[in-house]
Amino acid sequence: MTDTTANATHFEAHGAHAAHHDDEHTPGFFVRWFMSTNHKDIGTLYLIFAIVAGIIGGTISGIMRAELASPGIDFLEAWAGSGDQASHLWNVLISAHGLIMVFFMVMPAMIGGFGNWFVPLMIGAPDMAFPRMNNISFWLLVPAFILLLGSAFVPGGTGDGAGVGWTVYAPLSTSGSPGPAVDMAIFSLHLAGASSILGAINFITTIFNMRAPGMTLHKMPLFVWSILVTVFLLLLALPVLAGAITMLLTDRNFGTHFFDAKGGGDPILYQHLFWFFGHPEVYIMILPGFGMVSQVVATFSRKPVFGYLGMAYAMVSIGVIGFVVWAHHMFTVGMDVNTKMYFTAATMVIAVPTGIKIFSWIATMWGGSLTFETPMMWALGFIFMFTVGGVTGVVLANGGIDNNVHDTYYVVAHFHYVLSLGAVFSLFAGWYYWFGKMFGKMYNELLGQLHFWLFFIGVNVLFFPMHFLGLQGMQRRVPDYTDAYAGWNHVASLGFYLVAASMALFFINIFWSLMAGRRAADNYWGEGATTLEWTLSSPPPFHQFSTLPKID
Amino acid sequence: MKTPLKLILAAAAFALAPAAALSQAAPAPAQTTAAPAAQTPRDAISANSQAAPAQPEEMNQPQGEAPSNASVLASSPARTAPNATVGQPTGAMGFQPQVTPIGQEALWFHNALLMPIITIISIFVLGLLLFVMIRFRRGANPVPSRTTHNTLLEVVWTLVPVLILVAIAVPSIRLLAHQYAPPKADITVKATGNQWYWTYTYPDHGGFEIVSNGLKDADAKARGEPRLLAVDERMVVPQGAVVKVIVTAADVIHSWGVPAFWTKIDAVPGRLNETWFKTDRPGVYYGQCFELCGARHAYMPIAVEVLPPAQFAAWVASKGGTMPGTAKPLPDSTAASPVTNPQAAPAAAGGSAPETSPEPTLTPGTTTPPVSAQGATNTKRGN
Repeated sequence: MTDTTANATHFEAHGAHAAHHDDEHTPGFFVRWFMSTNHKDIGTLYLIFAIVAGIIGGTISGIMRAELASPGIDFLEAWAGSGDQASHLWNVLISAHGLIMVFFMVMPAMIGGFGNWFVPLMIGAPDMAFPRMNNISFWLLVPAFILLLGSAFVPGGTGDGAGVGWTVYAPLSTSGSPGPAVDMAIFSLHLAGASSILGAINFITTIFNMRAPGMTLHKMPLFVWSILVTVFLLLLALPVLAGAITMLLTDRNFGTHFFDAKGGGDPILYQHLFWFFGHPEVYIMILPGFGMVSQVVATFSRKPVFGYLGMAYAMVSIGVIGFVVWAHHMFTVGMDVNTKMYFTAATMVIAVPTGIKIFSWIATMWGGSLTFETPMMWALGFIFMFTVGGVTGVVLANGGIDNNVHDTYYVVAHFHYVLSLGAVFSLFAGWYYWFGKMFGKMYNELLGQLHFWLFFIGVNVLFFPMHFLGLQGMQRRVPDYTDAYAGWNHVASLGFYLVAASMALFFINIFWSLMAGRRAADNYWGEGATTLEWTLSSPPPFHQFSTLPKID
Repeated sequence: MKTPLKLILAAAAFALAPAAALSQAAPAPAQTTAAPAAQTPRDAISANSQAAPAQPEEMNQPQGEAPSNASVLASSPARTAPNATVGQPTGAMGFQPQVTPIGQEALWFHNALLMPIITIISIFVLGLLLFVMIRFRRGANPVPSRTTHNTLLEVVWTLVPVLILVAIAVPSIRLLAHQYAPPKADITVKATGNQWYWTYTYPDHGGFEIVSNGLKDADAKARGEPRLLAVDERMVVPQGAVVKVIVTAADVIHSWGVPAFWTKIDAVPGRLNETWFKTDRPGVYYGQCFELCGARHAYMPIAVEVLPPAQFAAWVASKGGTMPGTAKPLPDSTAASPVTNPQAAPAAAGGSAPETSPEPTLTPGTTTPPVSAQGATNTKRGN
């Protein structure tokens, strides 16, 4: 059988031991970090970027939960002036939170950060295929982020900033929002999209051409598989977004009427284009998480992953089906009944490959020899929380049910369970799993466990009540609500404080570990960690695999 | 505490409905609210039907309908007091009580089928995880197995979810089919979303238009209605009638939804979307705009008031509209002729101008022609 993860048992990494003179030509600080061509340095830059963006996006959610903690407008007026200015600020906050978390936190961390760091290491490659393109991918994100943040300080219609939601629906984003803010946000998305497309090309080339001898596609670690599927989704989906937002731009500035009914256009066309990108985008955010969880579960079960081929092709089929279900985001636009039935059925099909993954993870643990270090806790939390988010997805898939919960907090609860408790849990699993490998110091186990448990309780207190609010009919994207929603909103806001406290532990852990952490061994997880990165030193040498490893 | 209240109100409503239906086509009971001490027995009944439900509500509103702003109230002849448990959120953990056949079917589908299935699946996965964590912890199982395949198991966990999904899909598709197969409409109302208020046009009743603005907090409280859900001019429909709602927008996309009806449809500029509902239960049902539409997205509520046919006719008359054909009670008369009365005075809309609102009473985008002549097809495409 070839369908197990590659295992370089006989490989002795070059540079894994003390003397590796030829690897030590590290450039000076500026050249190393600002003109970087090294996949590990670029990965680190991406991770730092994602953490900064996460702090900003998380702060915005704190502001939102504070405002929603009790009925009435409590804080917004103090910052933005009265009445419509305050309400507009709210729309700016929700838009920024969504865009930042999607484009500047989850994606850079998963694909840019962990993907850059570990795809070349796991396939036994010295670096990415196009190192300079890798660099421009990262540095395009920085001006993109600055444009998005800057848009909050220029006029955007009723007040400053782009208050159009992360979906940027026309005509609110065209005729409904005069001023440069929305243009800046659109340019920001253009740049971030270009960055992702370049990165996608780089990963595809790297994975197809730079695998070590013997590393067939069916021996690649599942994390590499997950990145491969993800970057194909990026490559196919992002140009559609780029086209759609370019049409927004010309509608706004050059008198076209793509999305303007008065000129023969159609606002719904924008939604179709956006969600043709947007639905694959949600898998882009979760698939690398699947990959990381697979690595972590196998490592701490001390057992190869169960059903390797099924796991890999489940991700492929999730990616393929992900392109033909987009209109379930648009069940209430007034579509034909047959269309609605099709999208209901197609959406439910996704539950099958997802179920295969859930059960395969459990089967991987079955018969294993489990230990529960911090990365494993995050992975276990991921499996359960993603299941909960997944089953509410099955509820939402029913067009007839969605009719009542569409654009309510039920949807907010659902996608936070799969993202904030899914994608983010997997990010933390990867972070703790590879922290020692990346930085050469071990994280603090106690702080890591505390971080997990506080975060786990916090996000559940934060997001579970949102199901109730949604079933009761509370609509999304509102700064104020009728008094009947006060109770559960208050509970949700309390949950945010737990999450914030847990994040303090996360940062304390980073600083403590980098300063005083134990030195990390080459393979600090032991027998369960079988992929190629564990054959290298911690941190790996500046250039690895000058002699390519041979896979048996 | 809430259940007895609901029963009292429902009992009052149903007991009074036949009596009110007998008093058909009264030209103007418009003053009943302002003058609760009515002289004739008939007026006493209809006054009761408004005052009685309000009394047991010991929430925060003053007794009965004591209006703080009499001129606002005078514009609305019949103003049902809201029920605390039906038609508005209560802070409960599930759906609002459903008052339409579609809502009841969907609620059954969710509560009896979907919820048990997803709960069992979640608990099953959690149970497996906990079992594995305990049984195969390193202390209990120091030597890991090397098993990586079990074809039977993999086939089972692929096929069983497929069967579960098929079991869900059958009632789901049936529900969709029912939602898209409305009975013949008894009345048509056109709802237009504007930044940030709704207008309702009644093409079957002379084409008059009402402008529905959210009430300020103090006014809502004065009327004993929920904050951010109350409106000055409600959309009023007759009890028991199949109501076809044509939904569109004048500026950006809005979404018209009433949770207690299980009804939600986007209001898209350039499109006429259609949905429908039918409820036999008189009362007030609140909803909101469900699509981000700019700064005051949170402040464009929807309130639908379902009245017995006779009171509906009186309401139409008070707005300057006309009942289709002769003044026979609804819904029988309207079913046959959806064509609007041609000599109806469209100027009626101005008469109900709400004083509480800064909004204009009419905007160019809302003076659209009647659309009730459309057939029974489900959805209208804008292009």
